[in-house]
Amino acid sequence: MALLEVHHMSHDFGGLRAVNNYSLNIEPGEIHGLIGPNGAGKTTIFNLITGIYRPTEGDIRLDNASIVGLQPYQIAARGLGRTFQNLQLWRHMTVLEHVMMARYSKLTYGLVGAFFGTPKRKREESESREKAQVLMELFGVDRFANQIVLNLPYGAQRRVEMARAMAMEPKILFLDEPTAGMNPEELIQMMEIIRRAHRKFGVGIFLIEHRMRFVMELCQEIQTLVFGEVIAEGTPEEIQNNPKVIEAYLGSEMVE
Amino acid sequence: MTPDNPTSEKHYLRLRHNVQHRLSLVPILGWLLGALLAVILEQLAGDYLVDALDMDKMPSLLGILAIAKDIKYFLWQGWDQLVIIGKMFAGGAFSGVVSVPDPFQTPRVLLYVFLVYFLPIALFGTLTIRPANWMADKLSKLPSAVSVIGYLILLYLVMHIWADMSAYRGMALRFTLIAVMLTLSLNVINGYMGEFSCSHPGFMALGAYGASVVTVVLFANDKLFGAALLPKFLAPAFFPLALVVGGAVASFGALLIAVPSFRTRGDYLAIISLAFLFIVKSLIENLEIVGGPRGLKGQPDLASLPVVFTWAVLCIWTINNFVRSTLGKALNAVRDDEVAANAMTVNTRRTKMTAFLFGAFWAGVAGGLFAHVLRYVNPATFGLQKLAEVLAMVYFGGLNSVYGSIVGAVSISLLSEALRPFELFKWVIIPLLLILVMIYRPTGLIAFREFDVRSVLKPKQNPESEV
Ligand SMILES: Nc1ncnc2c1ncn2[C@@H]1O[C@H](COP(=O)(O)OP(=O)(O)OP(=O)(O)O)[C@@H](O)[C@H]1O
Ligand SMILES: [Mg+2]
Repeated sequence: MALLEVHHMSHDFGGLRAVNNYSLNIEPGEIHGLIGPNGAGKTTIFNLITGIYRPTEGDIRLDNASIVGLQPYQIAARGLGRTFQNLQLWRHMTVLEHVMMARYSKLTYGLVGAFFGTPKRKREESESREKAQVLMELFGVDRFANQIVLNLPYGAQRRVEMARAMAMEPKILFLDEPTAGMNPEELIQMMEIIRRAHRKFGVGIFLIEHRMRFVMELCQEIQTLVFGEVIAEGTPEEIQNNPKVIEAYLGSEMVE
Repeated sequence: MTPDNPTSEKHYLRLRHNVQHRLSLVPILGWLLGALLAVILEQLAGDYLVDALDMDKMPSLLGILAIAKDIKYFLWQGWDQLVIIGKMFAGGAFSGVVSVPDPFQTPRVLLYVFLVYFLPIALFGTLTIRPANWMADKLSKLPSAVSVIGYLILLYLVMHIWADMSAYRGMALRFTLIAVMLTLSLNVINGYMGEFSCSHPGFMALGAYGASVVTVVLFANDKLFGAALLPKFLAPAFFPLALVVGGAVASFGALLIAVPSFRTRGDYLAIISLAFLFIVKSLIENLEIVGGPRGLKGQPDLASLPVVFTWAVLCIWTINNFVRSTLGKALNAVRDDEVAANAMTVNTRRTKMTAFLFGAFWAGVAGGLFAHVLRYVNPATFGLQKLAEVLAMVYFGGLNSVYGSIVGAVSISLLSEALRPFELFKWVIIPLLLILVMIYRPTGLIAFREFDVRSVLKPKQNPESEV
């Protein structure tokens, strides 16, 4: 029994079948890759598992309990953290506030604490701040702690999203194209950061990526998705040598 | 600086720089003590000054009313005068000037305000920089609850002495404090949460009637509700309960709006809340048991200045606590990106419901206080005019900001008083102002600023350093 299991999941957008009969197993601490051409349905799979959409068919189990039909915040609190393909940050909030916000479900001081500033609230908020500090340092954004997130360079914004997702102490971190729009130097840096987070927290990672070298180097297990269907899965070597995968990509991106 | 600059200008610039520098060193404590001095001075010598300057009476609200009356006189009379002048020119015999209203008050009022308020406060503030900072430093080392209460007592003293000098001031000050509560509680919804709610006057009405029914039933011999049930001396003890009942009724009303509005994303709230406002108003108008359109009177005299002040402080304190907690900041997250908030474990629906009911609660309490300051309520008070006024306060002062709400509520209250002589034009000018603010500064004067009491009160200068 794996930590996260998806059984025969399908999803229709109106008449369009965006995901068809998709299955997945992620073990604790595993790094799992999902590749495929544009519009293949990768982000849709993320949105289905994290509860933004409800699958038309199939089951999703986390820790052997079904999470289909739960609200995204409930699924998140059970241990699925994520980032977004197109940064989804809170434009008026500081970096520190971002990271602390993701600890929302860990706070127990309730409305009494919020309205009257009880000692319990002070304790929990300062504990939360300390944890946020550690994460901001790990992701290299601690020097921006009190800046409004929109003022940060693009690469740093991406890292804020990752620090934010890690603040909820997830069991699996979903990363939707973490290197999109980055130059080769930033790419190496990002790979190092992901490795460090993985080592430090032992978190499982589910990664969507277009850069082949990045995926091949990081992942233990890779799935290739085309038109909503998995056409190949296996280790990086197996994927690299799979004729169907090569055909799907027409060799274009594999060159990189 | 260029060499051909005249030295006098250099002196002027240096002077201005020095003055600005010194003003920036005055801690809040210095200003408050200065204000205390000013109001004591006014109480002792205000009447003499009024005589000496040959004024009608003491200016009530920093003289704005007297100035507004003069302006009105000019605007109203000016046209007639122009016509007369025009005729005289036409006749080739220009001899007169525009006549001045007989007791023309503006210069005297300005002089009074300068002598009584501006001069003592500025002088005291700048001359006591060292001791005031020393004291502020000592105070800041006390537990923050103690020092904040100390400051609040000082602030209350200033208000009390000032308001004691005329009944009008007492009324205006209490209404302003109530306006601060209303503005701040609406800012939670329209600013921090980023929705557009129009139901605030409705919540206020529910609170006003809810609290009034409690106090009138219990403590007044009333035509509608019969004889008092409890002896009068118990009334002050029951007043907080009455206000909380008012707040709870308002929160219940908010629940009726929130359930359909927050089901899905969309701009339903604006429409549903506007409908709610009209429903509440016509409901009260048709409810004969609370007096229908004639209103409800006979509220005991319970909303004195210290009572209103205490509730306003409670309101600011709890709201400021809330919006600075992670639970409260979740509102900002929901406003800026609801999907991301949801994915980061924030229960978005509960967050919105809580904030909406909380805002409504304080609007209800403010309404209860309002009814007991006026000691009369009628449904006509809680209509679109009130809505325009409180929206103007929120949007003018600044969204997402406790400072902004205080500044907005005080300045629009003052403006509203100043516009009183212009009667109906007030209801052209205030909505117009609202529209202008929304066009040219959509987030308001002091938006997105955190209100940190400790940093406001802290000394402005190291006590050891030289002045
Ligand atoms: N909310 C939606 N409503 C309707 N169709 C959608 C919706 N979201 C995605 N789709 C469609 O589903 C398909 C899969 O989209 P998805 O975003 O999952 O692709 P992707 O693999 O993430 O692509 P990319 O690499 O460009 O990010 C596309 O054809 C897209 O147009
Ligand atoms: Mg995608």
